[in-house]
Amino acid sequence: MRTSPTTSTTAPGAAGPDATKPDTTKPARRGLLLRMLPAPLYAGRARALLERSAMVYSRAWLVFVSGVVEPLLYLLAFQVGFGKLVEEVTGPGGQTMSYVAFVAPALLAASAMNGAVFDSTFNVFFKFRYNKTYDAILATPLGPLDIALGEISWAVLRGGLYALAFLGVMTGFGLVTSPWALLLLPVALLVSFAFSAVGMVCATFLKSPAQFDFVQLAVMPMFLLSTTFYPLSVYPEPLQYAVQCLPLYHGVELTRGLAVGVLDVSMIGHAAYLFVLAAAGSYFTAKRLARLLLR
Amino acid sequence: MAGRDTAGRDTAGRDTAGRDMTGGNMAGATARVETGSRSAGWVLGSWRAAWLRVEAHWTWYRRYWQSSLYSSGLQPVLFLAAMGLGFGSQVEAGPATGGLAYLHYVAPALLVAGAVQNAIGELSYPVLSGFKWQQDYYAVTATPVTAGQLLGGQIIWIALRVGIACVVYAIIALLFGAWLNAGALLVIPVGVLAAVACGVPIMAVAATTYNEGERFAAIFRFLVMPMILFSGTFFPIEQIPGAVRWLAWISPVWHGTELARGVTLGGLGIGPALGHLAFLGALFGVSAVLARRYFYRRLVV
Amino acid sequence: MVEAKALVKRFGDFEAVRGIDVQVRKGEAFGFLGPNGAGKSSTMRMIASTSPRSDGDLRVLGMDPDVDGPRIRARLGSVPQQDTLDTELTVRQNLQIYGRYFGMSRADVRRKATELMEFAQLSERADGLVDALSGGMKRRLTIARSLVNDPDLLLLDEPTTGLDPQARHMLWDRLFRLKAGGVTLIITSHYMDEVEQLCDRLVVMDDGRIVAEGSPSELIARYSTREVLELRFAPGEQGGIAERVAEFGGRVEELPDRVLVYTGDGERALEQVHGRDVRPASSLVRRSTLEDVFLRLTGRTLVD
Repeated sequence: MRTSPTTSTTAPGAAGPDATKPDTTKPARRGLLLRMLPAPLYAGRARALLERSAMVYSRAWLVFVSGVVEPLLYLLAFQVGFGKLVEEVTGPGGQTMSYVAFVAPALLAASAMNGAVFDSTFNVFFKFRYNKTYDAILATPLGPLDIALGEISWAVLRGGLYALAFLGVMTGFGLVTSPWALLLLPVALLVSFAFSAVGMVCATFLKSPAQFDFVQLAVMPMFLLSTTFYPLSVYPEPLQYAVQCLPLYHGVELTRGLAVGVLDVSMIGHAAYLFVLAAAGSYFTAKRLARLLLR
Repeated sequence: MAGRDTAGRDTAGRDTAGRDMTGGNMAGATARVETGSRSAGWVLGSWRAAWLRVEAHWTWYRRYWQSSLYSSGLQPVLFLAAMGLGFGSQVEAGPATGGLAYLHYVAPALLVAGAVQNAIGELSYPVLSGFKWQQDYYAVTATPVTAGQLLGGQIIWIALRVGIACVVYAIIALLFGAWLNAGALLVIPVGVLAAVACGVPIMAVAATTYNEGERFAAIFRFLVMPMILFSGTFFPIEQIPGAVRWLAWISPVWHGTELARGVTLGGLGIGPALGHLAFLGALFGVSAVLARRYFYRRLVV
Repeated sequence: MVEAKALVKRFGDFEAVRGIDVQVRKGEAFGFLGPNGAGKSSTMRMIASTSPRSDGDLRVLGMDPDVDGPRIRARLGSVPQQDTLDTELTVRQNLQIYGRYFGMSRADVRRKATELMEFAQLSERADGLVDALSGGMKRRLTIARSLVNDPDLLLLDEPTTGLDPQARHMLWDRLFRLKAGGVTLIITSHYMDEVEQLCDRLVVMDDGRIVAEGSPSELIARYSTREVLELRFAPGEQGGIAERVAEFGGRVEELPDRVLVYTGDGERALEQVHGRDVRPASSLVRRSTLEDVFLRLTGRTLVD
């Protein structure tokens, strides 16, 4: 008995689920999602993936903390360097503002994006291609959507923590002038959500680590060109339209407006854009995982 | 057993006499050893061996060059567009930029920064992979090529590759109107020098890394990134508070940036120029010696 | 436990499993024997409800994997061909988090992990990372992990491939204990000794089809003779031997490196061979195994 773990196997002849077992057959909750999607995709237990990530990072907390520092370094560089080169810029609502105040909320959005993309591409890729972590998970009641939501939630959570730290430092630098700035936090979460969902879809298409350059190829231009460092008016008109298609542009518009308390109806549109991206990304991630792993 | 042995030797005997007998493979091999070595048996000169490594890298690169297009070619150009043109449009030419337009001010520095990042990227995880994941370094040093030649070949290769990337950048920057004079041509070797001086220490680190390379993430974040931001690439280091300005002075990127601006924008005396060169040269020399030692320690055991 | 009828698995144009009928009963150890590429793993993955079937009918634990995948997997234990351990976690954490995937409570998984580490003799490595374990230890951990939910049915895909003999025997011992505890086992293997030792009943698969079915001893009795005489020759000297010794056995098979003579009495056959002035480099008389069954059925060997 003591050495054998298989003490609760069903007695011969007694078919059907064993009553003494943990409640493993019934999905945890019956949300809307569960009713919309075929059962094999989702068991409503994405939380277990979050627990796994927490376990992993309990050992690698340094990596975690270092992610907080990076955007702060940028902010510092803008405070001492770039901000001295440019005295004033035209911010939301046509008001002039200091360059650092202009760029800080954008950096917040950008760091939410960077963190999310890193988590959802690099980390997911290695688990997916090399460690076969997901193959093991799919042999349990969990489905691909559990994996997708669990991994995306982790990226969002992490992005949220980074955003919180950044917001704290912004406040310390005296860059937060409106109570609306508190909304930067949920916006950062939304940006993380959207980018990690899309990033995960992309990660499932990657075949070798060398192809991460393609990820960089998408992220860096977005980081540099989405009006992060200068107003949209710098671009000639046709280019302005192109920039407005970039998802990060919408994140930056939201954070920059909220940071100084200039609200606008268009913000609903910006948020909606990111929501659609997030939902589509989650859905296609689950689809891709199902296609690649459940075959 | 004895019977088989006799039979084998018998076959071998016939094999040497008339080649087209139906001798098995094993018997054929035995005959070869007995009649003298057939292997190449060459030992190569150091430069030639190192060059063979360059050829090997080139073979790989020809197949995968697209995937490194971004890090080698496009990244600096993007920065030039975003910072030089976009951000630069907000900057008024003033004393901080030496009276120059921001695009002209930042173009040479961005070449150096891009080259340094390129080299560090190519000499961190890829080198560790040679030891740890792909382990091709062990395959190479099982041939007459030595660990030192392997190292040399890799350095030459990176210098070439970064050089090509710098040329591409220079040409695109020319289209942007970012160069003021022909001194821009000299910016390219400066970039390569800075890249190699920053890259070789990373190789030494890679050769002493036995885990999954977590330290590289820390190096990128806490060393490389701040180095690029605070080494006068985007703004003069005079803006950094005096108490921490010395950090910029020990940054190889700053020395490279100063040289690069000097050769095209002028304003750099011969003395300081030689000083910058000496700093970069010394960093390269010391780290190359260390890297060589670590390569041997890891590959020749 | 498992009932398959005309089960088919296709990958594009390639048909990996070409309509097989299988029935696995409660409490038995059932084997799929066949060479690499015979369709064993595909079959296993369909039973594990991680791979949808292309055609045919399949019931696992009385349920349809296409509809009740999660519910089936909740009661299965699965040991895949390659260890899919979580290399970022420790031995203990691997077991704990896996239990969480099944929705077990934290207290339960903690208790279960301790118990399973003891079972797999890994208690000393509890807080070490998985990467540092030896191949045999990893395999034991994978098996321990598959038991975290007290499965009714345990699927083992090539459980001992790549292990040294000592590690294999240790694993077999663990599997015997599980079977004694009432767990139904399904095992694939291309090692005939493994299947012979562990399985009550097996099917021989080749090229996506089932070519024979029965208990190991039944199959040997049906498809082979009692003994086998193996003759090895020096390189190049095997040609024409098969014809010369054909009359001494019921059947003669010629392999690239040896000639097999199937006979009721191997020693006698050997004497007769010597009498015919055939001089092999070495010879061996042995009992028939499932390997011989497979050779008879397919004309090929199991392990190449």
